[in-house]
Order: sequence, then structure tokens, then C-alpha cells
Amino acid sequence: MNFLRTCLVLILLTAPAMAQSEDAFTGLGSNDFDAIGAAITALALSGDKQASPTIHAIHDETLYAAPDGSLLIKADAGYVDARTGAPVADVVEDDLIAVRVNNKVRRAVDAALGSLDLFAATPDIRRKAAAAVFLSRDPAILPALAKAIAGETNDSVRVVIRQAQAASQLANPDATEAEQLAAVAIIRAKGGLEAQSLLGSLRDQTPAVANAAGEALTALARLQQLWSLVQSVIYGLSLGSVLLLAAAGLAITFGVMGVINMAHGEMVMIGAYTTFVVQEVIRARAPWLFEASLFIAVPLAFLVSGGIGIVIERGLIRFLYGRPLETLLATWGLSLVLQQAVRSLFGANNRDVGTPKWMSGATEWGGVTVTYNRLTIVVFAVLVLAALLAVLRYTALGLRMRAVTQNRRMAAAMGIRTPWIDALTFGLGSGIAGMAGVALSQIDNVSPNLGQGYIIDSFMVVVFGGVGNLWGTVVSALTLGIVNKFLEPIAGAVLGKILVLVLLILFIQRKPRGMFPLKGRAVEQ
Amino acid sequence: MSRLSLSLSLLVILGGAALLAVLNLAAPPSSAFHVSTYVVSLAGKYLCFAILALALDLVWGFAGILSLGHAAFFALGGYAMGMYLMRQIGTRGVYGNAVLPDFMVFLNWQELPWYWMGFDNPGFAILMALAVPGVLALVFGWLAFRSRVSGVYLSIITQALTYALLLAFFRNDMGFGGNNGLTDFKDIVGLDLHLDSTRSGLLLLTAAVLALQLMVARFLVTSRFGKVLIAVRDTESRTRFLGYRPERYKLFVFVLSAVMCGIGGALYVPQIGIINPSEFSPANSIEAVIWVAVGGRGTLIGAILGAILVNFGKTIFTGILPELWLFALGALFILVTLLLPNGVLGLFARRKPEKSQ
Amino acid sequence: MASMRHWLRGIGLATAALAATTMLAPQVQAQSPAPPPIKIGILHSLSGTMAISETTLKDVMLMLIEEQNKKGGLLGRKLQAVVVDPASNWPLFAEKARQLITVDKVAAVFGCWTSVSRKSVLPVFEETGNILFYPVQYEGEESSKNVFYTGAAPNQQAIPAVDYLMANEKVKRWVLAGTDYVYPRTTNKILEAYLKAKGVAADDIMINYTPFGHSDWQNIVASIKKFGSAGKKTAVVSTINGDANVPFYKELGNQGIKATDIPVVAFSVGEEELAGIDTKPLVGHLTAWNYFESVNNPANKAFIAQWKAYTKNPKRTTNDPMEAHYIGFNMWIKAVQKAGTTDPAKVIDAMVGISVPNLTGGYSAMMPNHHITKPVLIGEIRADGQMNTVWQTSGTVVANEWSPYLEGSKDLIADWRAPLSCGNFNVVTGKCGGASK
Repeated sequence: MNFLRTCLVLILLTAPAMAQSEDAFTGLGSNDFDAIGAAITALALSGDKQASPTIHAIHDETLYAAPDGSLLIKADAGYVDARTGAPVADVVEDDLIAVRVNNKVRRAVDAALGSLDLFAATPDIRRKAAAAVFLSRDPAILPALAKAIAGETNDSVRVVIRQAQAASQLANPDATEAEQLAAVAIIRAKGGLEAQSLLGSLRDQTPAVANAAGEALTALARLQQLWSLVQSVIYGLSLGSVLLLAAAGLAITFGVMGVINMAHGEMVMIGAYTTFVVQEVIRARAPWLFEASLFIAVPLAFLVSGGIGIVIERGLIRFLYGRPLETLLATWGLSLVLQQAVRSLFGANNRDVGTPKWMSGATEWGGVTVTYNRLTIVVFAVLVLAALLAVLRYTALGLRMRAVTQNRRMAAAMGIRTPWIDALTFGLGSGIAGMAGVALSQIDNVSPNLGQGYIIDSFMVVVFGGVGNLWGTVVSALTLGIVNKFLEPIAGAVLGKILVLVLLILFIQRKPRGMFPLKGRAVEQ
Repeated sequence: MSRLSLSLSLLVILGGAALLAVLNLAAPPSSAFHVSTYVVSLAGKYLCFAILALALDLVWGFAGILSLGHAAFFALGGYAMGMYLMRQIGTRGVYGNAVLPDFMVFLNWQELPWYWMGFDNPGFAILMALAVPGVLALVFGWLAFRSRVSGVYLSIITQALTYALLLAFFRNDMGFGGNNGLTDFKDIVGLDLHLDSTRSGLLLLTAAVLALQLMVARFLVTSRFGKVLIAVRDTESRTRFLGYRPERYKLFVFVLSAVMCGIGGALYVPQIGIINPSEFSPANSIEAVIWVAVGGRGTLIGAILGAILVNFGKTIFTGILPELWLFALGALFILVTLLLPNGVLGLFARRKPEKSQ
Repeated sequence: MASMRHWLRGIGLATAALAATTMLAPQVQAQSPAPPPIKIGILHSLSGTMAISETTLKDVMLMLIEEQNKKGGLLGRKLQAVVVDPASNWPLFAEKARQLITVDKVAAVFGCWTSVSRKSVLPVFEETGNILFYPVQYEGEESSKNVFYTGAAPNQQAIPAVDYLMANEKVKRWVLAGTDYVYPRTTNKILEAYLKAKGVAADDIMINYTPFGHSDWQNIVASIKKFGSAGKKTAVVSTINGDANVPFYKELGNQGIKATDIPVVAFSVGEEELAGIDTKPLVGHLTAWNYFESVNNPANKAFIAQWKAYTKNPKRTTNDPMEAHYIGFNMWIKAVQKAGTTDPAKVIDAMVGISVPNLTGGYSAMMPNHHITKPVLIGEIRADGQMNTVWQTSGTVVANEWSPYLEGSKDLIADWRAPLSCGNFNVVTGKCGGASK
């Protein structure tokens, strides 16, 4: 940073406005990362109209250096001269060299964009810019920050800019002690990990500042301790909802029908691959639909996995009713075949399932970072569960399903076509597994082995909750998730998982029917 | 299985192994009758798997306990033997440390963990190969059978058991070599493991143990005890109402079966040359179940036959048609359960033996 | 009695199975004037969990062998590949290795990926005297007469990467995150000792292990974030294996850990693994290898073009272990030509000192410790899933098969040339340890 500042000062002192801008641009074509970084900082402060598009182009990696020293921005329509903004015709693409970027350059870009975007029209961009400046803490931007605060109309954005100013002030060797103490107070009020990080770096400041920072740090750390409890619960719920999604289908096929479907994991895997195929088609045919790809994938995955489920029930499982152990073996064999089929079809490699923008990133809840994809999965799990309950409770199909599972002969006598209901019930369970696959494609590998990782966990969830009891499955999944997340920091990820398994085995041996056993005749086969 | 067929199968197991061993050692490599070391080690492996299958048939075929974690007992026996073989390496390890196995040296372990003590003695190691699986089966079975956990519930928790053990043995902090497991063995009771004579000797020993276990198993299932066991398998509650204690019968046969597996594992490791956590993977246990199903459940000899046939198929297919192996194995699971409920032996039986269910 | 009959048939089947095993022997070659081909064994998993990585290596070997045959083969004979599938099953690796060597009588074997598979086959190669080329970066702490290690030892990958971060990113605080198996364990032990030797305090090192295929990274990423907020520049050194990487990087990207704040340098993530991830949030995170597909030179361009043509797939990527097989194969060809025979014992002696061009514009040489010299490249992940080389060693680096940073191995060296001929010579005691003669 010091080096950059020196460069900057030199450039500011020696060059008149026009030439300075030329110099800054020239540096971008350099081979040396330090020189490129310095050029970016200089460019940002030059006030040149082309500074912002040029630096944005570096950010997007669309800035190229031509052999004659000119810089070109690659746009959709063709190339544009970075210095003038004028379109350039007949560019020989093979001669162009991309402007070199590494993390140092990226940091310079972030800081530069931060200072430029402080004056953008949209409050959201200004807020992001201020956050970037907070991280880069470049005292050179202090004048710009002061100007931004004065001109800021949005109160919440002003707070963020003030925090950025405080951060930069703490990196400013010329700041007075009073200014720095005030800055520490602002940072302390902000809180969070970034604030802690900043305060932690102040040990070499004057004693008063260092002390204030130390106190603030202890206070924040204490708060953090409390938040880590909340974090374990939230992460546990998130893990629990993943388990719930994976197990919900099984709660139908195993819990309600009593079919041991070892190929359940493969239904999940097929759902994930359906997502992949949907995205591939969208990428090729209708890229503008990408943000909605998951909404298209969910019903499709339900239909594909559900359809395969019905085929499996008609072609295999119906011959094995009343022979649960044989069903287990046959479906295990089926799972091997399905895995290998997917491997032959799509290759053994992981497939890239993209995350829509609205599911990327995270939000801060106090001291806990909650990622949007996990949050979406929690919501999705709730929706799937609600839909499932509604189907079982309020539809004619659900009524028949319940009738058949409660008393098959009586149901048949009432005119219900029990084989058909069996097939549909199995299809429903498999279809839910397929929908779970869509969710899992967002957090896990999409590979032929995807389902394998969830099968044992899913069975444990259903058995622990009590077979045939959907609410039991819910409670069981969430309990296991939270217990796992509380054990993990203490025992480590591996030991935590082993402990959970051992506890489960012991629990099931004490209460073989799970936490919420069904009562009545249905229990005795 | 008649007395005659028992003696004949014993003869084939022992005679076949002896023939392979003799042709390996005595016939010169140029001779058309020579049996390569590769075949001897393959045969040894098949017979170890046959022990596992036999033990599984005893619990599944005669007591109705479908264990999906039996390979765990096999692997535990293997680890006990592996620990002995590790200690036998002594200063011949790459670091020349007389006490610590190599994997402990380079992870900076200072001293041998307490649970490795005594494993330099082959007798102790054999004892542990029997005792560890036996005690685990005793505790697990006692808890499970007492609470009347049965059927698929039992299958699922046995699977969870082997999965938990898999994860545990993967951990390097456990002191069992983590993912790499135990390997680079040199010799067993003073005999060089890389000599053809040692290999043939181990093959003969495995055949003898298998024969002995087959006799014990047959004695058990044809005795009065076996009749109760079959009654438990077919209708557990009725047997209970008749005044028997099914859980005791099940527990006894479960523990016996685990001990048999432990011996199989202990014989497996010196012949294969490595033991590592992947032996605990649930897929291995389930594959063992299919060996029994292929050969014919509840026939003892069928289990042995199934183990040899399926593994022979695996050897062939993974050599010539690797992509097809999983399809073939998967199809085998489906077809056998759908079409051949009595396995290959059932196919050959003129009359279907009267089976319950 | 029926049981007697069905029993007899069963026995017949079992005997037939065993008998057929003995007939796995190679087919007798038809009489023809052409000399019999030289067989090369390929021992890579084509099914099971490792198929993801290893199938590519089988393909690249088939391509190299085909290419060599187009050039007229070797010693006037054609080369013939013998492919077997050890199915990601470690004992099966040993069995298949024995089959290749004793039944198919191959001249050399190219294979294995994981350490455990190498450990499994090692006794087979030492017993039969055959040759194994092992193409993957590994934990070191091994040197066998019969194995040629064409992948990187820790000092050819991990230590330069740490040096780069210290010098260029001024990293003061380190998270060593890995999957719980031998490669991460050993590499992290070495790095820990190395960092402490460089003056990093124990408080500034966080070590974390996770199981294979770990998919829920919420806590760990959060704790990395927390660890990184102590006011010192922090970096993550990742030895996380294969499948666990995708969820790890996804969580990293979503929790907003950017390369500009906390860079992650990975040793097990290459072009092939990145093909399964949306790399945009990962831009700027680092990898350290000895080869990148993006390396710009004629030899590499030709290799990539050949690979894409051979696989008939313009999207297939190349990666570091493929280059290792390329180097290993060319070294073996040269050694056979030098020895004038494919006899493994003579080829082993001829191997040391052989030098062939690598794909990064230099030469790699086989050293007496049976490891090769390699340049070390540090790359930043680009948005297109390729690496952007940001730093490179000026020359090639010689492998430390025995790490000087580990207590047990600091006095050991390997030299397989004639007078010493030892894989673990203790320079303090002057004895060739362990391996009995």
C-alpha cells in the first residue's frame, strides 16, 4: 500500500492532468503486477471520464493491450478504445494480450471502483462501494470520502461511508489520536468479523488507540461467543433441512409403504442430473431463463424421478411385497445399475450446476453469516413438506393412500385399486427425492455417487423419527442436524458424525420404533 | 445337506487347495500343469470370502438375521492380524524404527498406543481376531435382540454400525494407519510372506479352516439347537410362546458368526497384503449378502459356492469389460432375488426344498 | 437323494471356476513374422469412486502408446496396452498388478492415483522386480527401487506455494485444511514444521481435518472466516481431496470469502476438478502444480491438440498428472532404447539420469531418488476454469522424497545408483535402513 501511495503521490505531483491520465493508461499494459496496480489507483483518482469503464473492464477481464500500446475494451458489439471510448474496427484478435490480473491487481481494482462508485446514482452501488473502501482502507481516498459524506442523501448509506472513513482514518499515518479514537468507536459500533479484523491490526498504534481497540475487540469477541451458539442452531437447522429433504421421500416409501428402497439415493441423484440437463438446455437455447432454471427443474425432477419410481414399482418391487429383505437386495442392485447408467451417460466427472444470482452470496444476521442457498433450501424443505402433507390430507389420492396403508383389504373391498395406489405412492416418494436432488445440486457434487452419501443418513432419520410418522421425520431430521452442528466444533467433523451414529444405534436399540412410534394394528405388519 | 455331500465338499475344498498348492510348488513354470502364484493368491482370497459368506449364511439363512455389517467383523479380524504383521516388520520398516510402524513415525507419534500392546505375539493377535469381533457382536446383539429389533431395522442399524466403524478407522488419530491402513508386511511366524511356499501354506490353512467351519456350522444347524434356530427364523413369536428364548439363540449364533468372520479376516490379510478401512464400507457387506443369495440361502455349501462364483465373475469382468461389471453385479442382485430365491443350488435341485415364508 | 445331485453340480461349478482361473494365462500368439508386441500395463480405476480422476489417465496412456506405434514402436516392436480395472478397490490393485506382471508379462506398468493404491501394489512390484510409474503428487516419505515417481513431492508443490504467499501476499496466519488421510496429514506436518521454522507462531496456524466427501462446510468456513479476522493477513492451504472441494468452494464463495481477502491455495484441485464447479466466485484463488493447461508453449499446444483430437472432444481438459504420465512414458521409451531391452532390471538402471522435455518449456530429469525434477507453477483460478500462472520457479526443483522437516526422515536420503543402491540411507548412522537385502 505504501508503495502504491508513493507512486500515486509522484504521479500527482509531476504530471499535468492530461498526460497523467495517459501515463496511468500506459501502466495497465505493463507486465509487472505492481505497476498495473499503481496505474489503476492513479487512474481512479485522475477524474478521467474513461477511468470507470476501463477499471470495470479490468474487473470483468475484458481489457486487452494491443501491440501499438493502445488499450481495447471488449464489448458485445466489438472493441472500444479504452482511452477515448470510441469503437475500433479491424482488430486482430490474435495480437491482443489480456491485461494481467492477480489478487494484488484485484484489490487495487476493488478499491478504485469503491472510490469511483461512491458517487454513483443508485444507493445500493454506493453502499457496496463504501463496503469495498472499508476493506481496502486506503487513506488516499479520504478526501473523496469526506466529499461523499457531505453529498450523501441516504442515511443508511451515510453510516456505511462513515465506517469506511473510519477504517481509512485508522490507516492514515497523518491522522490525530482523537480522530483515530473516534474511528475506533465507530468501528466498534459496526461490529462483525470485518470490524474485529480491523481492530486486531491496531496493536502497533499509539497506546491510547491500541487500548481502545483492545477493549473494543474483547467486547466484540464476547458478543461473537454468544453468536456462535446461534450459529450452531442455524447451521444445524440448515443441515437438518437438507436431511429432511433427502429423507422425506423415504418417509413415504419406507415409512408409509414399508418398502426398503436402497435406490432412494439414486432418485435424488437423478433429480440433480435433471437440474443439470435443464440448465444445459437453457444455456444453449434460452440463456435469459437461467435465473428461473431451478423453478423449471423442480417439477421436471419430480416427474422424472417419480416416473422412474413408478416404473421400478411396477417392474420390480410389486413382485417382492411381503419380502422386505429381498426388496432391500434387489433395490441395492438397482442402485448399482442406475449409478453405472448415469456414469455411462454423463461421464464419471462432476457436472457443473450453476447457482442463480438470487441464490448466491450471503446475508449477515448479527454475527452469523447465512448463505442464500442454504436459506433457500430451508424454505424449500418447508414448502415440500407442506405440499406433501396437503397431498396426503386433502386430496383424493392422499385419502386412498392412507386407506391402503391402514387396511389394504378393506380399501380394496371399497373399490380402491390398491396396486395402482401402490405405484402412485412409490412414485410420489421417488418424486420428492427427485426434488431434493434439485436442492442438493446447489450445495453438493453432481456426480453418480451423489445419492450414496445420503442413503444411510436418510434411513437413520426415518427410523429415528418413527416409521410411518411424517412429523417424526421432521423432528428427527432437525434434531440430528442440530446435534451434529453442536458436536462438530467440540469433537471435529469426523468424530462428531461417528458419535451421532453411535448414539442413534443405541437409541434405536432402546426404542426400536423410533421417537414417535405409530400405535395400533398397522404396526404389526 | 446329507452326510455324504458334506464329506464330499470337504474333500473338494481341501483337495482343490492341496492340488493348487502342489502344482504351484512342484510343477516347473514351463509345465502345462503349473499353477501361477497369481492363481494361488486368487484362490486364497476366494476361500477367505467363502468363510465370510458361510458365517453370513449361518445368521441369515438359519436365524433370519440379515446383517448388512458382517464385513465389519471380517475387517476387525483382519486388523488384528494386520497389527501383528505390522509389529513383525520391526526394524525393516523404511525408518528402521523397532517399535513404531512407519505411519506412526512420519506422523511424529512418540510411542506405541496402549491398544497396540501385545500384538507382537501371534497367539495374542489370533485371540484378538476372535475376541474383538465376538465382543462387539455380543454387545451389539445383546442390545438389539433384547429389544426385539429385527428384520429391516436390524439390517439398517448393522449398516450404520459398519459405516461408523468405516469413519472411525479412516481417522488417522485412531492409530490404525488411516486411509492407507496397514501394509508392507514382511513375514508371519518367521515365514517370508513373499515366498510361494508361504502362500501355498496359507491357502491350505484357509481351506482347512473353511472345512472346519463348515463342519461346525453343519453340526450346529442339524442339531436340536439348529431346529430351534430355524423355528425362530420362521416364526419368532410362536417360538417364544412355546417357551424358548429366541434372543439367546440369536445372540449365540450371531456371536459365533462374528467370530468365524474374524478368523476369515485374519487369514485374508496376510494373503492380500493390505488391510484398510474400505473393507468396512457398507457396500462390501451387502455384496457378501449377494454371494449367499446367489449360491442359495440356508444351504451353507451354497454360500461357499456363491462367494467363489461371484468373485470369479468379478475377476473376469474387471479384466475384460470393466464398464459392465457394475451392471452385471446390479443385475445379479435383481435377478437372483426375483427369479432364483433359492440360488444356484436351488436351480439344480430337482424338487424345490420345502421352504417357509 | 436330490440334495446329493444338486450338491454335485455345485461342486462341479466351483471346480470349473477355479480351473478357468488357471486359464487366464495369455493367449498364445499366432505365428507371424512380426515380433511379438511389447506389453504395457495400465492400472487405473475405471469404475468406483476414483474413476473420476483415473479414467483420463488411462486414455492419455492409450494415446501415447498409439502415438509411439505411429513412430514405429520401440526396438522394432509394436507397443500393446493391457488395460485392467482395479475398480477403486485397494486390495484389487495388488491382485491386478500381479495379473499384469505374471500373467500378461508386461514390461512396465503405469498406474495408481491414491497413496493407498500405491502402498497396496508396492510389495508386488518389489517382489516381481517390475516397474511402476506413479503420476500423482503425493506425500513423499517413500522411495522404492521399482517405482518411478513422476508426480510432485511436497517440496515441489506445497513449500513453494507457501513461499509465494509469504512473499507476495504477506500472509502471516495460516489455515491448513485437509481431508483426513495420509497426503494431507503428511503435507500439513511438513508445512507446520516449515512455517514454524520461518517464525510463524503456533497460534497463527489452524489445522482442520474433514472426512472424505464432506459436504456441509458451514461451520468450517465460518471458523476460517473468524480465524482470518484477527487483523493479520490469512491464507488457507487446502489439501482437501476431490469430491469435498465442490461444496467447500461453493460455501466459500457464498459466505463471501474472496481471494483478495483470504486466498485459498489448493494442491489437489486441477482443471479437471474445476470443470465441475461454477468458477466465477473462485477467481483469484490459487493452485500450485507443475503444469497448467494454460501454459503457453508449442509443445503443450501440440499435446492439447493431440488430446482433443484423440478423445474427439474439444472440451476435454488436460492436467498435471497427465503431464506426469507424458514425461514418465517418454523417459521409459528413452531408457529402453538406452538399455536395448525391456528387461525391467536393466531399464531401472538405465532410467536414472534420463532427461526429457516436459510440457512447460523445460526438461525434466530422473534423479537417483527415482523422483523427477519439476518446475513449480503458482496459478490463479480464472473465470473460465483455467489457471493463470502468476509465479513460477526460475528452474526446476529436485524432489525431497524424505522431508527434512519431519523428525523421522530428516537424516534419510535415497540413491538407487550402483554403489549405494538404497532407498532410505541414513546419513548419520551410515546405514541403509529397513529394507532387508
